[in-house]
Amino acid sequence: MRKLHLIVLCLAMVAMLVACGEAEKKADESADVKTGETAAPAKIVLGVAGAHSGDLASYGLPSVNAAKLVAAKLNAAGGVNGAMVEVVAQDDQCKPELATNAATKMVSEEITIVLGHICSGATKAAMPIYLESKIVVISPSATNPPLTQSGDYPNFFRTIAPDDAQAALEVAFAKGLGLKKIAVIHDKGDYGKGFASFCKTYIEAEDGIEVVLFEGVTPGAVDYSAVVQKIKGSGADGVIFGGYHPEASKIVSGMRKKGVDFPFLSDDGVKDDTFIKVAGKYAEGVYATGPMDFSDNPIYQEAVAAHKAEFGSDPGPFFPEAYSAALALLTAVENAGSTDYDKVVEALHTQYVDTAVGKIKFDAKGDAEGVGFSVYQVRDGKYVEVK
Amino acid sequence: MEYFLELLLGGLTRGSIYALIALGYTMVYGIIELINFAHGEIYMIGAFTGLIVAGLLTMLGFPGISILAIAITCAIIWAAAYGYTIEKVAYKPLRGAPRLSPLISAIGMSIFLQNYVMLAQTSDFLPFPELIPEFGFMSDFKTVMSSSELVIIVATVLSCIGLTLFIKFTKLGKAMRATAQNRKMAMLVGINVDMVISATFIIGSSLAAVGGVLIASHVGQINYFIGFIAGIKAFTAAVLGGIGSIPGAMLGALVLGLTEAFATGYVSSDYEDVFAFCLLVLILIFRPAGIMGKEKTQKV
Amino acid sequence: MSNETKTMNQQGFVESFLSAGSDSVAHAFKKSSIAAIWFVFLTFPIMVIKVNTIEKTVAWKWENMAYIALAIFFGSFVWRWLLAQKELKKDETKGETKVEALLTVIQTTPLIKFSLLCLIGVIAVVAPLKFTFLSSKFQIFDLYQTNIMVSCLVYVVLGLGLNIVVGLAGLLDLGYVAFYAVGAYAYALSNMHWGLGFWFALPLGAVLGTLLGVVLGFPVLRLRGDYLAIVTLGFGEIIRLVLENWGDITMGPSGISNISRPGFFGMKMTIVDSTIYMYYIMIGLVIFTIFCVNRLQNSRIGRAWLALREDEIACQAMGIDKMKTKLMAFALGATWAGMAGVVFAAKTTFINPASFTFWESAIILSIVVIGGMGSIRGVIVGAIILILVPEYLRDFAEFRMLLFGAIMVLVMVFRPQGLHQPWCHFHLRPTWSCHP
Repeated sequence: MRKLHLIVLCLAMVAMLVACGEAEKKADESADVKTGETAAPAKIVLGVAGAHSGDLASYGLPSVNAAKLVAAKLNAAGGVNGAMVEVVAQDDQCKPELATNAATKMVSEEITIVLGHICSGATKAAMPIYLESKIVVISPSATNPPLTQSGDYPNFFRTIAPDDAQAALEVAFAKGLGLKKIAVIHDKGDYGKGFASFCKTYIEAEDGIEVVLFEGVTPGAVDYSAVVQKIKGSGADGVIFGGYHPEASKIVSGMRKKGVDFPFLSDDGVKDDTFIKVAGKYAEGVYATGPMDFSDNPIYQEAVAAHKAEFGSDPGPFFPEAYSAALALLTAVENAGSTDYDKVVEALHTQYVDTAVGKIKFDAKGDAEGVGFSVYQVRDGKYVEVK
Repeated sequence: MEYFLELLLGGLTRGSIYALIALGYTMVYGIIELINFAHGEIYMIGAFTGLIVAGLLTMLGFPGISILAIAITCAIIWAAAYGYTIEKVAYKPLRGAPRLSPLISAIGMSIFLQNYVMLAQTSDFLPFPELIPEFGFMSDFKTVMSSSELVIIVATVLSCIGLTLFIKFTKLGKAMRATAQNRKMAMLVGINVDMVISATFIIGSSLAAVGGVLIASHVGQINYFIGFIAGIKAFTAAVLGGIGSIPGAMLGALVLGLTEAFATGYVSSDYEDVFAFCLLVLILIFRPAGIMGKEKTQKV
Repeated sequence: MSNETKTMNQQGFVESFLSAGSDSVAHAFKKSSIAAIWFVFLTFPIMVIKVNTIEKTVAWKWENMAYIALAIFFGSFVWRWLLAQKELKKDETKGETKVEALLTVIQTTPLIKFSLLCLIGVIAVVAPLKFTFLSSKFQIFDLYQTNIMVSCLVYVVLGLGLNIVVGLAGLLDLGYVAFYAVGAYAYALSNMHWGLGFWFALPLGAVLGTLLGVVLGFPVLRLRGDYLAIVTLGFGEIIRLVLENWGDITMGPSGISNISRPGFFGMKMTIVDSTIYMYYIMIGLVIFTIFCVNRLQNSRIGRAWLALREDEIACQAMGIDKMKTKLMAFALGATWAGMAGVVFAAKTTFINPASFTFWESAIILSIVVIGGMGSIRGVIVGAIILILVPEYLRDFAEFRMLLFGAIMVLVMVFRPQGLHQPWCHFHLRPTWSCHP
């Protein structure tokens, strides 16, 4: 059996031949499309990239559901420009190297519109590939500011506001609450630490408010009692947390159980109904910034209802943003009349779209206009906007 | 001083949590010298079973404390069944194989079980009901230590003592020690080695299940990935204390928990794991077989 | 007549298949039924009940139970049959199947062997290129294929490096990813701050990897077996945590982006071109690695590693400096990881600490063990399986990792020695050598 490697090599060769055959077929098909008289392709493929397995899958899978729902909705109404929308999901586990694999897979399959990626890191790794292949990308959750602000990626759009805007609002709100000494806690992640660092910078720029503690907690650790003690010992009168809801709910319940009851402020990773479910009674009174209130938005309500009907559960994090992104992207394709890169980008920049997060279009850098932030507070088991 | 005491208690709780999982690790290792990476996943499955059972019972309107008892019992039954099956499927065919093969099989099993639970249940975080009631007598110390923390510490101490006595005095315990020392000789003196190994997996998994339910109830949330970090930490604790030794696992877990708590409290939680692992390296450099482990002299 | 024997043979096969691992067919059916019932019980809470504790609803999915029962009932026949086959193999080591016999012929006839090698080589070289032949476009690897091949080759190099430590010297290292991370960050940082190019960074990564290997190796080599494993795991985590928390230098969790791809005499390349270029660089690096590892294996130090792996005490008695030999293995293993790290950073153009978790170490270790410890070809096969299989499983979407885990378990259960065993017959060959 030591010759097994040769068998494998043979198999690999067969696989290569098959792949080659397929590639040829694909080339033929695309050639047909190009030379053929039918300008509109029979189907439009929407790639969905993000973490669909691994520890961050819970943030990635809702966007796949969202894309499927949007596709089903548009297909039921006759498709986009007469073409049916098909959703192809590509897993990147939020890892940069897998993100490049997913991206090149999309390029090879000649997918021209992509919803994703979920994590900023994975997005940064994949963007150069998309840019060169002229693929339009809308992320529902990559909030790292340089993605749009650097101007490197004209093909990148997002339906969520960047971290710095959110941090500015958070700090202003904390000052409005009359807080003087803030403990800034983060989850050491790309998103959480980025947000927390912005908060720290803004707090330091203000008078009458200071950072007394700046610490990262290890995500997934069994409990956070030591950090809670430290917050308690630091003399803080308020906590700002940057990160996602699992850590936030552990810290908040730890604080409340230990009788620490000053305000807890967080970001839109926490402004998620799962947080209220998981933290239960301890969630009461927690502030979180999040996209402007869209719970009355009929499209959002319709999307949630469709999700419940289709998957039998409540949608997960970033679902509304992903739903809106898919909707904006496919509407732009419709407005542009084709999946032509320049036209789609232009349509995204110029034409307003009604989405689940409101009526939006994208500014020159790719951030959505009309997506702002509000502050919410948990009252009676619900996020209520604080005016 | 109060700050110090609070950190101490926090560290003890964390250490007890690690210890409950580490006991299973160390037992399995002691018998078949396998780092059972799927142990963290058993802990997770125990917690999930507990959640499902507790959810059902709450809906049927059972009273508080009986839910805890039934949930733990069911979690033990199923976690033990999983432990038993995993051993039969993934490790038993590998007896006599090179030493690293079962390790890889265990890693594969761990990936499989995580994704199995994720697909069958959900990828999202689920709230875990607070099954441990707030004791009346604890209300004065509430800000220092909650009832669930007390229960975890007590459960850990009890299972450690129980396990030590079990290993020392029962027939099965003796068979386990014999198997651990020399499997072939144990077989020759009429010990059913397969049965002993299965029993080890069952006991280890049951402890993990108890840990799973108690810890999930203390923390208040679970998802399919909780077993991974808990497993790594418990493994570290088991090695720190001298892998294969039951009081060692307990001691190692407490040392680890306390180090993390004090590192967070007096330095920064950014580096709590760095401190924990540095301590591990230091201890192992000076005591290469862990705190309580006996160094085996190699004979030629 | 011949037809009859054929059917009889078939019957015989069916019967042996059904009754494998048990006394009779009836017994086998009973065994399978018990297994099915057991697994139905086992998977009952997780697969069937879905409780929503907030809305207090329960969803019962009884159909899952039926699927499990059916799958286990039929699967258990295959399982027992495969196990029985494995046992058979153990008994008659000489029994070769037709495929194996064919492979032996290929292996022992130099002409066929080299022509096959050449064929594989030619295919590997032309694979990513696009060319027109008789007006039909011909390309074996498209961009995606080339890209994942580059990943795969990076893991081949990593696997070969770790193979020195684990396979040859027998030191279980669970923190190998630390050296990989150091290589990647060395290139990323020097590129960001001083614009250092890929070709300068490659040796730099190798040197840094070696140095770190010595520094980390020195204190821990006194440890044995699993204690060494946990300490190396600890080192791996420490390196990652430092990268994550030392934000001023390493840019923290947000990582470093816009790392330049390798340049080719200042030519401007598209992504497709540079991926193909990367592919050839990796082919070159893999060949270089195989060459070096092969030479090392058969050198004095390589023999010392093997001896050390087999018996430490006897080895010391023979006058081999244990410490030096082990350190050498550690440092040389780390060298390749450092280089692979540089290539990795250049390939993804973005790195962050999330790429260097313990999982990565576990995967690299799995490559070495699944392939067959101590065997170069084994590592190649292992990398192909562990890196390409998840990619090709993309069509299974969310079942991808589930299948991946199952494959890891199955490979180990049915081929515990790894897919390819090194050709080391210690006792049979007087002029003993290890064919890679």
